[in-house]
Amino acid sequence: MPADRRAAISMSLGVAAAVALYGISFGALAVASGLDVWQAQVLSLFMFSGGSQFALIGLIAAGAPGITSVLVAGLLGVRNGLYSLRTAPLVGKGFFRRLIAGQLTIDESTAVALAQPTQASSRVGFWVTGIGIYIGWNVMTFLGAILGDALGDVSAFGLDAAAAAAFVGLLWPRLTAREPVVVAVIAAVVTAVAIPFAPTGVPVLLAALAAFAFAVVKERTAK
Amino acid sequence: MTMWETILIGSAVVAALKFVGFVLPASVSGSPRVQRISDVVTIGLLASLVVIQTLAVGNALVFDSRSVAVIVAGVLLWKRVPFIIVILVAAGVAAGLRATGLLS
Repeated sequence: MPADRRAAISMSLGVAAAVALYGISFGALAVASGLDVWQAQVLSLFMFSGGSQFALIGLIAAGAPGITSVLVAGLLGVRNGLYSLRTAPLVGKGFFRRLIAGQLTIDESTAVALAQPTQASSRVGFWVTGIGIYIGWNVMTFLGAILGDALGDVSAFGLDAAAAAAFVGLLWPRLTAREPVVVAVIAAVVTAVAIPFAPTGVPVLLAALAAFAFAVVKERTAK
Repeated sequence: MTMWETILIGSAVVAALKFVGFVLPASVSGSPRVQRISDVVTIGLLASLVVIQTLAVGNALVFDSRSVAVIVAGVLLWKRVPFIIVILVAAGVAAGLRATGLLS
C-alpha cells in the first residue's frame, strides 16, 4: 500500500479510538439525563454527531422544552451540511454508498479527509475515520448507558464535567484568530446574563442569535 | 414533545442536514458567505454551551467543581494535550473535588 494511504489509515484509527472512548461518557450522561438505554443508542445510531448529541441531552437534563433541544441540536448540525459539500465529491457514486457517506459526515471524518495530501488518501481517511468512529461511538454509547444505569449518580465520577470539557475541545480549535475569540466572548456573556432571567434553553438560542447578528453585520461592513 | 419525539425528530433533523452537500448543487449552499456565517454561529453555540455546562444550575450561576474542571481542560488544550486525556483529567478533577467535599 502506498505511504500516503498508510498514513491516512494510521491517523484515522488514532482519531477513531480517541472519539470512541468518550462515547462512554455520552452513554452514561444520556442515561443520567433521563433517557433510557435505547434512547441513548438511537441518538448515537441516527443523530451520530457528538456536539448535537451532548447539546440535546444537556438541554433535556436541564429541563428545556423538546422543541428548544431539537433546535439547538439542529443548529449545531448545520456545520455537517457544510462539511458534506467537501466530502460528497470524495466518496464516489452509488445510492447506498452516498447514503452511508452522508451519515458518516462529521467533524472528525471531514477533518481527517481534508488533512490528507492526495485524493486517494483523502478517500481512505474519510471512510476509515467515519466507519471506525461509527462503530466505536455506538459500542461505547451502549457500554456507557449500561454503566450509567448501574452506577446511578454519574456526577460523582465527573462525567458532567467531561461533557463540558468536550465542548471546550470542540470550541478550542476554532479560536484561531481574534474574530472567533470575540464571537465566543460575546456568546458567553449573552448566555451568562440570560441564564438567571430566561427559561431554560433560551440563553443558548440568544447566544446563537447574537453570533448570527455579528456575522451578518460583519458581512455587510466587509463589502 | 415526549422524550421519544424529541429524540427521533432531533435525529431526523441532524441526519438530514448531513446530506445537504449530496443533494444541493454546491453553488447554492457552498457560498463562502454561508460558510462564514455558519462558522460564526457554531462558535457562538459552542461557547454558550460551555457556559451552560460549566456555570448553570437551573436559573442560577454557580462556581462548582465543573467550573474548575473546565478551567483545567482549557489550560491542557492550550498546552496541546491530546483531547481524550483532557476529557479524562476534567472528569477526574470534578470527581476528586466532589469526593473531598471541597466543591459541589
